[in-house]
Amino acid sequence: MKKMSFHPCGNYRESYAEELSIFETWFGRVCLGGFLLLLFGLAPFFLSPYLLYILNNIGIFAIAAIGLNILIGYTGQISLGHGAFFGVGAYAAAILATRLNVPFYLSIPAAGFITALVGMIFGIPSGRLKGLYLTIATLAGQFIIEYVLIQWESLTMGTMGITLPSPSIAGWTISGDKMFFFLIFLSLVVTTWFAVNIMRSKFGRAFIAIRDNDRAAEGMGIPIFKYKLLSFAISSFYAGFAGAIWAYYMVSITTEPFNLGLSVEFIAMVIIGGMGNIPGAIFGATFITVLNEVLRYATGILMNVSVITSMGLNMAPLREFVFGLAIVLFILLEPKGLAELWRILRSSFRLWPFSY
Amino acid sequence: MDFFLQLLVNGICIGLLYGISAMGFVMIFKASSVLNFAHGELLALGAFFFLSLVTWGKLPIIVSFLLTLVGCFLLGFLIEKFFLRPLIGEKLIFVIMLTVGLAAMFKGLILLIWGGNLHTYPPFLPDALEIELGSIYIAPVYSMTLLISVVFLVLFGLFFKKSSQGIYMRSVADNQKAALSLGVHVRRVFALSWAIAAMVACMSGIVLGIINGVNVHDLSAIGLKVFPVVILGGLDSIGGAIIGGIIIGLLETFTGGYLNPSLRDVVPYIVLVFILMVKPYGLFGLVEIERV
Repeated sequence: MKKMSFHPCGNYRESYAEELSIFETWFGRVCLGGFLLLLFGLAPFFLSPYLLYILNNIGIFAIAAIGLNILIGYTGQISLGHGAFFGVGAYAAAILATRLNVPFYLSIPAAGFITALVGMIFGIPSGRLKGLYLTIATLAGQFIIEYVLIQWESLTMGTMGITLPSPSIAGWTISGDKMFFFLIFLSLVVTTWFAVNIMRSKFGRAFIAIRDNDRAAEGMGIPIFKYKLLSFAISSFYAGFAGAIWAYYMVSITTEPFNLGLSVEFIAMVIIGGMGNIPGAIFGATFITVLNEVLRYATGILMNVSVITSMGLNMAPLREFVFGLAIVLFILLEPKGLAELWRILRSSFRLWPFSY
Repeated sequence: MDFFLQLLVNGICIGLLYGISAMGFVMIFKASSVLNFAHGELLALGAFFFLSLVTWGKLPIIVSFLLTLVGCFLLGFLIEKFFLRPLIGEKLIFVIMLTVGLAAMFKGLILLIWGGNLHTYPPFLPDALEIELGSIYIAPVYSMTLLISVVFLVLFGLFFKKSSQGIYMRSVADNQKAALSLGVHVRRVFALSWAIAAMVACMSGIVLGIINGVNVHDLSAIGLKVFPVVILGGLDSIGGAIIGGIIIGLLETFTGGYLNPSLRDVVPYIVLVFILMVKPYGLFGLVEIERV
């Protein structure tokens, strides 16, 4: 299999292996490697703690968004319960760590598996329902999980919340933004690698077949229900994994953040980033997290402007408005999301001076 | 026994409220198959519009009520024109997320303009509507709700059965292409159904506001409570919305009264999952069987 250093001007692929290749040219591979090297080599040492905190949040949300993208973008099943699954993962890790003293390198994957199990339970309706009925069923799942998290006080401590011990491995404690940066971004790289590769396998092709035409997929011998459950399981695993890391990073967790708003934010990440596109989920997570921070900053400034405070206006709801506006504008103007914009940008360099 | 009867009456009253809140939702779904997550915010917009006309504008009740209805009619028309029309034929997730985005926008706008506090209308209902039967007491607002929901049910029944626009709407809901080929102006029907649905939503918002006071967070929470109601009643049945509302209302008050008050808010969703698994088209919904 030959690797070209430039993009070919047509489709010259000769085998399926070439068709499935992730990097068409050596250049792309080198670029990605260089980017990762820069990220790991420079970011944790030169960024301020606040910027590093934002970057860490982006990393955590990107893992969860990749999971949701597998479900929504590749399998075509809309889930409004991803925020709750994120919470299940966080609580599973917290309970494992505090009650059973499980070390973090076991409790985080275990939390992922527990969440995958919960996700499969809430994916069962997908055997019978599709489209908007399934969406409503997952909406119900969101509320039910939230209720269980709050009310099962003997296990989750209810509204009191749980405080986690700081993760440590071989007598070496991970704390502070810099250490967590490595934990989070190594996990992100591994989970991204896994997601990209699962989409090139038989499973990924089955997911895409179910999304594009479920009847035809069934006709071609794909057991739809099993694959839908698998998709729910994988996507919930990602959510639980991210939630578990988040729980360790935040040190103490309550049920409050895992509401419908979080689920909506995850879907917004998938749509704004680009559905059916793994790097898109990372773009989307970046966009939403940065948007949130910028809006928090902007409303903070606006609150201090004397004209506005004297008018008695509370600018905090501006965040909600702009968030909604961003979703609406992306859907109406660029439904393929940031990933498509990125592609256009790259190809305009490639096709210069004849780009369009 | 008295406790039981009081719960029964409360449940029916709350259920009627859910029912009329769900009517606008069902109308939108019936004509354009859009699942409207911004319904709660539409309710809130109507309630707040009425509030500002009554308290800031100092207009008489009837005039401000009519003005609100006209305003909401226009609002629904504009929403359809600018946001939903470009999405005809697009994937379901885009349509759903568009309404979610609209919900966030409206909520932000309402919070910016009116703030998140509880507002109340000046009292204007006649006391004659108050009903007392033995130990059971029904507040005037609830009897008015009953009255309004019956009136609207009859009006909509007549509208869909008799008027030409109503028949067009039913034909579009049934089969868009066939309706188009028979000369129905499908776009106008979409716009009109959004306008009417927004009007109904605003009216329900006003009724809810009279009973519970006007608060964005409460009203948008009701917008989510609508889902179990409409699924139970059938997504495209207006009568079903009322009956589904009453069942959900009864369920809530009885679990709140007899089992556990904290279970009250989640019970509709547990029932929702159960119904979806057993009878996804609800009690009165149109059954489309598809086995994949």
